Amino acid sequence: MNNVKIVYEKSKGLTDKHLTYCPGCTHGIIHKLVAETLVELDLLDHTVGVSSVGCSVLNYDFFNCDMQQAAHGRAPAVATGIKRVKPNSIVFTYQGDGDLASIGIAEAIHAAHRGENITIVFVNNAIYGMTGGQMAPTTLVGQKTTTSPNGRDPKTQGLPLKIAEMMATIPGATYVERVSVHNPAHVRKAKKALMKAFTIQKENKGFTLIEFISTCPVNWGMTPKDAVDWAVDNMIPYYPLGVYKDTTEGEK
Amino acid sequence: MSKVLMKGNEAMALAAIKAGCEAFYGYPITPQNELPEYLSKHMALNGRVFVQAESEVAAINMVYGAAGAGARVLTSSSSPGIALKQEGISYMAGSELPAVIINVMRGGPGLGGIQPSQSDYKQITRGGGNGDYYLYALAPETLQEAVDLIKEAFDIADYFRNPVMIAVDGLIGQMMEPVDLDNKIPAWDLKPKIWAADGNRENRERNIINSLYLDPADLEKHNFHLKAKYDEMRKNHQRYELVNMENAEIAIVAYGSVSRIARSAIEILAEKGIKCGIVRPITLFPYPINAFREIPASVKNLLVVEMSTGQMLEDVKIANECRLPIDFFGRVGGIIPEASEIVEKVLEIIGGEKHE
Repeated sequence: MNNVKIVYEKSKGLTDKHLTYCPGCTHGIIHKLVAETLVELDLLDHTVGVSSVGCSVLNYDFFNCDMQQAAHGRAPAVATGIKRVKPNSIVFTYQGDGDLASIGIAEAIHAAHRGENITIVFVNNAIYGMTGGQMAPTTLVGQKTTTSPNGRDPKTQGLPLKIAEMMATIPGATYVERVSVHNPAHVRKAKKALMKAFTIQKENKGFTLIEFISTCPVNWGMTPKDAVDWAVDNMIPYYPLGVYKDTTEGEK
Repeated sequence: MSKVLMKGNEAMALAAIKAGCEAFYGYPITPQNELPEYLSKHMALNGRVFVQAESEVAAINMVYGAAGAGARVLTSSSSPGIALKQEGISYMAGSELPAVIINVMRGGPGLGGIQPSQSDYKQITRGGGNGDYYLYALAPETLQEAVDLIKEAFDIADYFRNPVMIAVDGLIGQMMEPVDLDNKIPAWDLKPKIWAADGNRENRERNIINSLYLDPADLEKHNFHLKAKYDEMRKNHQRYELVNMENAEIAIVAYGSVSRIARSAIEILAEKGIKCGIVRPITLFPYPINAFREIPASVKNLLVVEMSTGQMLEDVKIANECRLPIDFFGRVGGIIPEASEIVEKVLEIIGGEKHE
């Protein structure tokens, strides 16, 4: 046992609490990436995270930093409140698509509009997970949910909202990227996006939002493997990955 | 220090700066706009934070975040805006976060009007948002008292780790009066905010600001913990003033601007040979039931006067414990009761003028 070499360990940015997420859900990967980013940039002790309402509501127990739990959709406002009085702290929100794209769209847009120096981690799984699989603004056309039992009909329910594209149009935003965590290569890319976003915040360069394409095997009614495949085949074509805005481009 | 002549909304804003308020988050609404306008200039001059939010909902959630990070925070609004803020206020009570909220009341319901009113009494004293909670609520009658209470309100909020509401009407917000901004205020024993989640974690465990308790046993324990605070407020922190009560045969119950009009009314009544007192609640929560126990035996009737259709009346009935007959006079919609109307009502109750 003397020659045991640690090749992988859980990030110190996470606590030892058991995650409450369903098997196969990609929230766990995204938590790991956020935690690793904060540790690697040496920001953990200076960070306040803001939990939202939805599947990730309990993540004030999971991230190993100061945390505030926000009302549904209000995380960017809470983050604004914190950051303005503690400008040297790193502040991020972690929000799902019901929380950010529906009830909290105004708070998200105006945090970007004011150019708040915060980072939003936005997890898009095209459904309300916590409440049992209702239709979200991001639910795909034809996708069946408990409140669109015949599939989302654009005639009465509109077309899915493209958050990264929309946030990129806001003059006050600094960096907006959409990533996915469906395979190791993309997990690494997603990590790079988070590193970039938190570095921008550390350097006081303004508002950053990283949208994650995520899965919800339980409410989609699929195995974890099928859910990942469904995200690749259906979500990514509608929600293309990439950098949508980067005002730091060309900067050294 | 000498007195300065100031408009109510501006004097209240300056009082907050004097109290060490570090951040203001608000949204425009009449009749309180001079308050954020004043702060938009003077907070920056003092190196402090001023943010005009996109809505009242956002503003109160910014207050939540800043209070959760340990800052002294203020927001102000008027009735419909306070209604929108109830979400955040409930979360702050649940998460035990201190802040001061100034409500410059106007008429309702709905968009109502922009003239003075006291029709938020229930919104202020009955929780307003969801859940089992109360705000410590102070109702000054003069600008001087408003300034003094705002300065103290930040300490009271910190002491109880609970939001404090300053309940004034549009009259106090809009009028000008001479005020001394450096009056001494009572000292409160305040502890360092070691609970703050502010991202400054060199020598401590992480802090969490939260109102979620999924285990019913945990939530019940939390609810009882909060109740103990409200009970402490009820037991030891009622505030009120009794005016002209000695040998009074009737007493007016009124707060805020209306109690000042009542002061004029009792002078007119005195000229007519009628001794009328005033019970003036200063805390709307906790309601000053002790004041009613001090009413002398000479008092045979109570007259409640409000700029509402009788929202405080219910609390007076509770506090009166069925001892005295209670009458009510209210003007609403932004109409302020005249002293002569109050006099007329008193005369009607006691059966006309006395000529001894």
